[in-house]
Amino acid sequence: METRAFQKIYTKITQITKATCSLNATGVGNEELALVHGRLAQVVKIMGDNVTLQVFSGTEEIPTNAEVVFFNRPPTLKVSEDLAGRFFNSFGEPIDGGPEVEGEEREIGGPSVNPVRRMQPSELIATGIAGIDLNNTLVTGQKIPFFADPDQPYNQVMAMVAMRAKADKIILGGMGLTNDDYLYYKNVFEHAGALNRIISFVNTTEDPPVERLLVPDMALTAAEYFAVDKNEKVLVLLTDMTLYADALSIVSNRMDQIPSKDSMPGSLYSDLAKLYEKAVQFPDGGSITIIAVTTLSGGDITHAIPDNTGYITEGQLFLRRDTEIGKVIVDPFRSLSRLKQLVIGTKTREDHPQVMNAAVRLYADAANARTKLENGFDLTDYDQRTLDFAKEYSDKLLAIDVNIDTEQMLIIAWSLFNKYFSPAEVGLRKDLVDKYWIKDN
Amino acid sequence: MNSNNLTRGKVTGIIANLVIVEVYGPVAQNEICYISHDGTALMAEVIKVLGDKAYVQVFESTRGLKPAADVEFRGHMLEVTLGPGILSRNYDGLQHDLDEMKGIFLKRGDYTRALNPDKEWDFEPIAKEGDMVNAADWLGQVMENSIPHKIMVPFNFKGNFRIKKLVKAGKYKIYDVIATLTDEKGIDVEVTMVQKWPVKRAVKNYQDKPRPFKLLETGVRTIDTLNPIVEGGTGFIPGPFGSGKTVLQHAISKQAEADIVVVAACGERANEVVELFTEFPELEDPRTGRKLMERTTIIANTSNMPVAAREASVYTAMAISEYYRAMGLKILLLADSTSRWAQALREMSNRMEELPGPDAFPMDLPAIISNFYSRAGFVYLNNGKTGSITFIGTVSPAGGNLKEPVTESTKKAARAFYALSQQRADSKRYPAIDPIDSYSKYLEYPELQENLKKDIADDWVDRVMMLKNILIRGKEASEQINILGDDGVPLDYHLVYWKSEVFDSVILQQDAFDKIDCNAPMNRQKFMLDKIYDIYYTDFNFDNFEEVNTYFKRVINLLKQMNYSVFESKDFYDFEKELHNIIDERKVS
Ligand SMILES: Nc1ncnc2c1ncn2[C@@H]1O[C@H](COP(=O)(O)OP(=O)(O)OP(=O)(O)O)[C@@H](O)[C@H]1O
Ligand SMILES: [Mg+2]
Repeated sequence: METRAFQKIYTKITQITKATCSLNATGVGNEELALVHGRLAQVVKIMGDNVTLQVFSGTEEIPTNAEVVFFNRPPTLKVSEDLAGRFFNSFGEPIDGGPEVEGEEREIGGPSVNPVRRMQPSELIATGIAGIDLNNTLVTGQKIPFFADPDQPYNQVMAMVAMRAKADKIILGGMGLTNDDYLYYKNVFEHAGALNRIISFVNTTEDPPVERLLVPDMALTAAEYFAVDKNEKVLVLLTDMTLYADALSIVSNRMDQIPSKDSMPGSLYSDLAKLYEKAVQFPDGGSITIIAVTTLSGGDITHAIPDNTGYITEGQLFLRRDTEIGKVIVDPFRSLSRLKQLVIGTKTREDHPQVMNAAVRLYADAANARTKLENGFDLTDYDQRTLDFAKEYSDKLLAIDVNIDTEQMLIIAWSLFNKYFSPAEVGLRKDLVDKYWIKDN
Repeated sequence: MNSNNLTRGKVTGIIANLVIVEVYGPVAQNEICYISHDGTALMAEVIKVLGDKAYVQVFESTRGLKPAADVEFRGHMLEVTLGPGILSRNYDGLQHDLDEMKGIFLKRGDYTRALNPDKEWDFEPIAKEGDMVNAADWLGQVMENSIPHKIMVPFNFKGNFRIKKLVKAGKYKIYDVIATLTDEKGIDVEVTMVQKWPVKRAVKNYQDKPRPFKLLETGVRTIDTLNPIVEGGTGFIPGPFGSGKTVLQHAISKQAEADIVVVAACGERANEVVELFTEFPELEDPRTGRKLMERTTIIANTSNMPVAAREASVYTAMAISEYYRAMGLKILLLADSTSRWAQALREMSNRMEELPGPDAFPMDLPAIISNFYSRAGFVYLNNGKTGSITFIGTVSPAGGNLKEPVTESTKKAARAFYALSQQRADSKRYPAIDPIDSYSKYLEYPELQENLKKDIADDWVDRVMMLKNILIRGKEASEQINILGDDGVPLDYHLVYWKSEVFDSVILQQDAFDKIDCNAPMNRQKFMLDKIYDIYYTDFNFDNFEEVNTYFKRVINLLKQMNYSVFESKDFYDFEKELHNIIDERKVS
């Protein structure tokens, strides 16, 4: 990063903690960038002449006489069509050996869209995965995370969803990505011949954790450029938001803020909402859809990170290994797409909502039957049928290796209803039963 | 106010949106000030004063703000502008008109007007010259959409006034003088159609605030039948994420029998507000046939909008509601989510390094919450007419655990409790209001009981009370069946369970997304409850529990088909007939 000749250089740091340092300086603006001992830092607090800076890569080895230069501006990203196909670090600097991107310099983490200028999302994103398209339909402009344990194949599923979604641009914001996962994404993108639609901002586990705090804002600033200026459909992938939140807590901790639940900062909800709310559908066709990953520890969704996320996002997707069929499925109980009702039954066939609910209800009955079985009770004939249904439903519809269109998903669901149950047991609206129930001859 | 008298100051410290200002004169707690930054003025509110330092919370991002920036204090608290033209508006938390703002993105300091000063209104006098009047008395009215909007003596006028002059019926703009009043000392004051009111102060210009006694129909069966809310009542909906708080509130906002609905979207998703923007101009009020938007005002401070304005947004919404209540109207005020407001308080208190209470919330949180809820209520105005504000807030408890400060404080303040249960939501038993944990204290009010007896049925309250018992017994039976197995319990347990399942499936569960099922008027609710009680009291003949299961599934299926059909339509009666046939199959004669 270049410094400019006329800038004043400070050389007297008065306080250093693990993530921050303070000094006396004048004329400094809030959230302004600075270079401390050659490392990027940002103003987080001003008290009279005393300015506190958060040093993104940590403060190890910074001496009290280190050079400090202020930039007079908050963090920015240069935006233009040239972003496409490129890989950057948290600061927006190329890491693919290519040249710097030229373009308009925009502040990252900018203002939010006026809610009256938004449009109600209504465009379905087809992924071919019935666990998503049938039960948890996604739409453009939605924000939704995968809630997954660290050992689940969430990066694979997310990459698959990204490649099948018909997005004009896919922007990957990688936070604390392992090098292997980073290479995995790179590989998938290259193989799909999709590189020119992809932009990546990556902080790997090898980079200092606090740098991650810039990644989502970088990715979303690029997304806003393509969605607003170019009216494009942009899909933003953020993985792993748990590591992002961990970085937030490191900083707030160093600044002596009183932590709230799970040692997270009290502002966690607002901090996360500011990012996720960048998901939007514009009237001119541009949109930003955010699919994120929030890793759980031991499946605990009451932890502050998934909990606050759940209160912000428009649903969540759970992956689970179904031992009966030996495949990973999209869990129909805990997964939810809040925006599905904007498209199901209208953009898809009329029976979609009812079929979806009925199948999940029967799957729940199967879970009850399984509990009975485990407790050593006899199963009724109905119980047995729900178990058989559940197994086939899981294999033909919930498994993540399914790749069919929504109408086929509905046809399969009706055929399973017909195979295992009577219309009264399924409990669908009569006009739908009359129309779609497969009549036995 | 003379601008020479206004106190000035300079910024000396900045921590996120908390700014410390050195002041050169008097300042008041909660006074509004504007901070100059790069040619724009950023609005802020004093939240603490220490010596010559005022701590202000800025209602905007403070990015780029520098020490030494100029600050000007305004000599008043955060106010709303009250007058004709509030209905159908979409405001931000500080009552700036969102539709008037330019551009796609919100710009700092883009403070648009709350009301249109140029629009002409048809004014009709109600009072006459020579009348003695007090604050909040009606001078005249204009028609705002289809609502008679009263032009009142401003709420902050103290003492008695004589109307010296009142304009004749005709077209006037909101800032035209419509009356001249003479106070007790003989001084004349002019009144327009607009007045200002500090949002954090309750409007108390009414005679009396009795206990609520009238049912407020919402069309949601599990509320109206089981745990009713009342005109002027307070209720709250806590529930983990995704359990259906917002869907339930939206349903209530569409269907409730209110004259005016004020929705405060407080720190929640922008897409949910967009849903209201999109649907309300299209949907009809089932009672008046007019578009829902005509009776609605939306205060949108979504989660990505400035945090400090979140707190303000609920007060702005309440003050607007109080204004319309003073016109003798029935207001329904909804806030989603009050937890976000409490979190905004927590963020500020944290930055000010105040001693934290439980979960790092401010110590006075319970007082703040109960103060707010106490502003709702049913009132007799000074002219004997009545008005009401019914307030229902959602609460988003951390980790879905109801033992947390916001839920506990709200429980003390609100009288109806609609606890959404994760388990019911998971099994898609929507609305997921737990029928056993939830309550409405109003059901115990003799005033309400009497009205219910009069308006619905003599034995209505008894039936509702009994229904709660049936549900509890059903739950117990189901637990026994789970523990002991289907065969391990007497057949009777299965009957108890399945009969309670009929009530659950047909009365409690309701599809908010079905055109017909979503809204059930009281007469329909009564019809269905009676129908199920008939089944409940019927003796059936069964040989084994499997027969019970299969049989009641058929019964439930038919009753659900009735719920999905237009009330009293041919389909409806056909399903009913089929139901009777099924009942006769197994009835002990
Ligand atoms: N009455 C209902 N009928 C059918 N579906 C419902 C109903 N209530 C809720 N749902 C389903 O549950 C989803 C979540 O509901 P909602 O958005 O109201 O949850 P919430 O409690 O407000 O969550 P949050 O705290 O995250 O805002 C809806 O998108 C819808 O799919
Ligand atoms: Mg909600």
